[in-house]
Amino acid sequence: MSKKGRRGYRFAGEPAAAPTSVSDEYLRRDRPGLPHVSEPGVVRHFIELSILNHHIDKNLYPLGSCTMKYNPKVNEDVAAMLGFSGLHPEQSDADTQGALEVIHALEEKLCAIAGMDAFSLSTAAGAHGELVGMLIAKKYFADRGENRHKVLVPDSAHGTNPASAHMVGYTNHSIPSGENGEVDLDVLRETIDEDTAVLMLTVPNTLGIFESQIGEILKIAHDHGVLCYMDGANLNALLGRARPGDFGFDIMHINLHKTFSTPHGGGGPGSGPVGVKKELAKYLPGPRVRKDGGEFHLDRKNPNSIGFIHSYFGNFGIYLRALTYITRHGAEGLKRISATANLNANYLANALGDLYPIPYGKRCMHEFVASGEQYRKYGVKTLDIAKRLLDFGYHAPTIYFPLIVSEALMIEPTETESKETLDRFIDVMKQIAKEAAENPELLRSAPHETPVRRLDEVTANRKPILTAPLQE
Amino acid sequence: MNFDNMRFTKNHEWVAFENGSDVVTVGITDFAAGELGDIVFVELPEIGTTVESMQAIGTIEAVKTVADLYSPVSGVVKEVNGSLEENPDVVNKSPFKDGWFLKIDLEDRAQLDDLMAKSDYDTLVGR
Amino acid sequence: MPYIYHTDEERREMLDAIGLESEDQLFTQIPEAFRLTEPLAIGTGLSEYETVQHFQEIASRNNPAGGMTSFLGGGIYDHIVPSVIKHLAGRSEFYTAYTPYQAEVSQGTLQVIFEYQSLISRLTGLPVANASMYDGATAFAEAALMAAKVTRRSRIVHSTNINPRFVGVLKTYATAQDLQLIAIPHSDSGDIDRDSLLAELGDEVAAVLVQTPNYFGVLEAPWKIREAITNVGALLVVAVDPCSLSIFRSPGDYGADIAVGEGQILGNDMSFGGPLLGFMACKQKFVRSLPGRLVSETTDVDGKRAFTLTLQTREQHIRREKATSNICTNQGLLALKSTVYMALLGETGFHELGKICHARAHELASMIEASPGYSLRFDGPYFREFVVRCPVDATTVISEARKVGILAGIPLSKFYGSNAKNDLLVAVTEKRTTQDFEAFGSVLKNVS
Repeated sequence: MSKKGRRGYRFAGEPAAAPTSVSDEYLRRDRPGLPHVSEPGVVRHFIELSILNHHIDKNLYPLGSCTMKYNPKVNEDVAAMLGFSGLHPEQSDADTQGALEVIHALEEKLCAIAGMDAFSLSTAAGAHGELVGMLIAKKYFADRGENRHKVLVPDSAHGTNPASAHMVGYTNHSIPSGENGEVDLDVLRETIDEDTAVLMLTVPNTLGIFESQIGEILKIAHDHGVLCYMDGANLNALLGRARPGDFGFDIMHINLHKTFSTPHGGGGPGSGPVGVKKELAKYLPGPRVRKDGGEFHLDRKNPNSIGFIHSYFGNFGIYLRALTYITRHGAEGLKRISATANLNANYLANALGDLYPIPYGKRCMHEFVASGEQYRKYGVKTLDIAKRLLDFGYHAPTIYFPLIVSEALMIEPTETESKETLDRFIDVMKQIAKEAAENPELLRSAPHETPVRRLDEVTANRKPILTAPLQE
Repeated sequence: MNFDNMRFTKNHEWVAFENGSDVVTVGITDFAAGELGDIVFVELPEIGTTVESMQAIGTIEAVKTVADLYSPVSGVVKEVNGSLEENPDVVNKSPFKDGWFLKIDLEDRAQLDDLMAKSDYDTLVGR
Repeated sequence: MPYIYHTDEERREMLDAIGLESEDQLFTQIPEAFRLTEPLAIGTGLSEYETVQHFQEIASRNNPAGGMTSFLGGGIYDHIVPSVIKHLAGRSEFYTAYTPYQAEVSQGTLQVIFEYQSLISRLTGLPVANASMYDGATAFAEAALMAAKVTRRSRIVHSTNINPRFVGVLKTYATAQDLQLIAIPHSDSGDIDRDSLLAELGDEVAAVLVQTPNYFGVLEAPWKIREAITNVGALLVVAVDPCSLSIFRSPGDYGADIAVGEGQILGNDMSFGGPLLGFMACKQKFVRSLPGRLVSETTDVDGKRAFTLTLQTREQHIRREKATSNICTNQGLLALKSTVYMALLGETGFHELGKICHARAHELASMIEASPGYSLRFDGPYFREFVVRCPVDATTVISEARKVGILAGIPLSKFYGSNAKNDLLVAVTEKRTTQDFEAFGSVLKNVS
């Protein structure tokens, strides 16, 4: 496709003069090695690649804890408006009143939705939000002259939780889940102490279970002076029904790319706004947008802030999409989202639970974790079940997570799937269960119908090839 | 395979010793290698490092898991198996021989008495 | 309700199937005391048409640089975004997919990342590049953390002429990990003061961080300090503008250990500074310490060429607290746009872009220097951005220019205090024409 002489784009003013005012030692002697392709050649190449992807506009994407819901098209139109997409981040407050209003409005709406007192939108992803949460905790305790270093995280938590705690020098202590899949209060009481800085919880947890003792858990933590952090990855289950701030959480993050429908983009950009209670608001990362009468302005002088966490204001284009989504729904609409997400998950759990047992029970919130354990006897692993699903045009659920369920299949259908789609998915899961018993090899060698089949990951890890060789 | 001159830990490391020498060879068992699956990378301490028994001194990586390597004994690292850098699969193929990890000059020979014999290790892993 | 399929009848059937009377019972796990009885205070929903009108009204209260004659830079630049990019990035197949966890149905995303890694590697002259990071500032900070981990040292030396937005984030990350930052002043030419740097080098130093072109637009000569840095066992980390690599030496060429930077200019909107694209490349020997995702070429069971995520044991979902970083996402969609951009411009177009920016910037600079009272603040070589010393407070120039629809630049007093109150940072891209320069010149003539 690449052939010297081909061009995909020409600028006015070509050919430009070579730089003369700069001494030779600064100049590049080699050529960087970009390809030579025509515009239609570029388009064909990327279209060819695009059709190899599974995506939410094609079919169900039941990846647990990732909330792969439909990404409304109008969100994209709003983010693309020149009045937003053409703004330079160093423009004056006077030239960016609309943008500052967007930030202010989304912060206010997130406060109302989550029951927190203040939000900062600067963090570019959920894990980025967790890091900020930990930095806020560290600063809070430093200001109080307390030297706490422990973070308590349930064993069902996402891997970013302990990694984020570690990034600020905190030590991670895992709390085992009780038999009902919830935090074991006795273990919590034994583990928590005056060295504990933060208790990190995901609510509902990664099993799709709401911590029914949430009030008591947070009270135990607060009695020890501990700050309570909520990983809001699963907020979709609670929209308009209950608020983390009311439970007593001090800090939380929200994943706009999950709950608020912003596209996942093949792995990003995301956005992970951090919300806090009033007494922690002064620690939020800067800059902050303030409203003065009818005018908005940027406040970069926040002496108590943990500092800056992004070049500018975070992923502005992403929160435009989220605000569009919230504007479309309003209070009543958000309530329908959580109800429908939970309805769809329970409907699937109920239908699949006999063939794929759900160790912590069929009643769930927005997602549930089933087990493929009983197919081990045919030599079939959960990985094989996941791969076979690809043959039927579905993405696989999240697998082998959380670690506390063996051969885990973590399924989150979201609210934007129809009953027909769910019924078809149930039928396929039943068929796969049957195949596991009758023709296990069919699963072990799956997928068969995808653009490529199972990959040699061992060689990719032993001798990774991370770049294409330069062709002359 | 002669396991008489070998001792084992509950972390699935083995120690091979020779009479009259304070230098022992350390590796991981066939059971551990099998549980990890295809090993893709091994990180070992530098020669000359002083290590303590039960201390994490390296890592063993498979495609989707990573395990710490714990030193089964206390002493000083005398030699490491450089060939694992290029061919970590040797650990899967020959865990007790070519897939050895490192040699340690024992601080105290008596510490070998605290480790398990092969038969006890086999019981531990249910064989 | 928008975006939901179910009819009332279907809801009823589904509730019956799970044995519930009402949807409210889906929430009985939540203790009653915490269940909301009032609607959220966010107002009622709008129709799609009303929503678009609402946001058009808000957007109309912005005056976007993209619609004006802008000389704003400082890390984000008003370059042309070719039409092809939004059409390809607007494909559902790309933007509504997630992280390629199931490689067999994610080859599109995976190959794009592989191509992105390859092109970043070639631009930077370093053999390994990750799948991208949040933005240039966080990539810069993560590079410092990575250097500290690799060297097991905690002193980070950086120059004061690095983008202050980068340094701001570096400070936050450094505090988290108890790293000490040492700032080196810049010389009269605008580049790092080499004597001050040499005086700070010692065996506690994990890394020296430089930026080229730096915040003043001046090109650094990192090859002059590399040996001294290597001699004390520290790493050389270079923040670089990818556009400049079309004509200027690559970090790999002069022995940098890690290169990072902001990739917004590679086909991405300015979008009020987000989302952005952080890139990061390094020497082969540091690959296992590199944060972020990596894609490797491999084969499938039939021997067909394919791509997969690799070296995942570095990452948080496997190594948990011992991971190289807590980073989980990359900026996939922006990496895609950049890959399309680099392929579309290609070798020749990218080289022309660099030459055009360089030539235009120098054309404007000569014109400004010819204006009475105006001069260039630094005499070091520059690419497409430079500091103008004005005869008056730079903010006066800015407000006068703004009256005629020109964004004159960034006042350096924003970061460097009152000593820099007359200094104006001016950037020129291929969008700016000689007519734009003349209009700018007329403003300067009236402000002196």
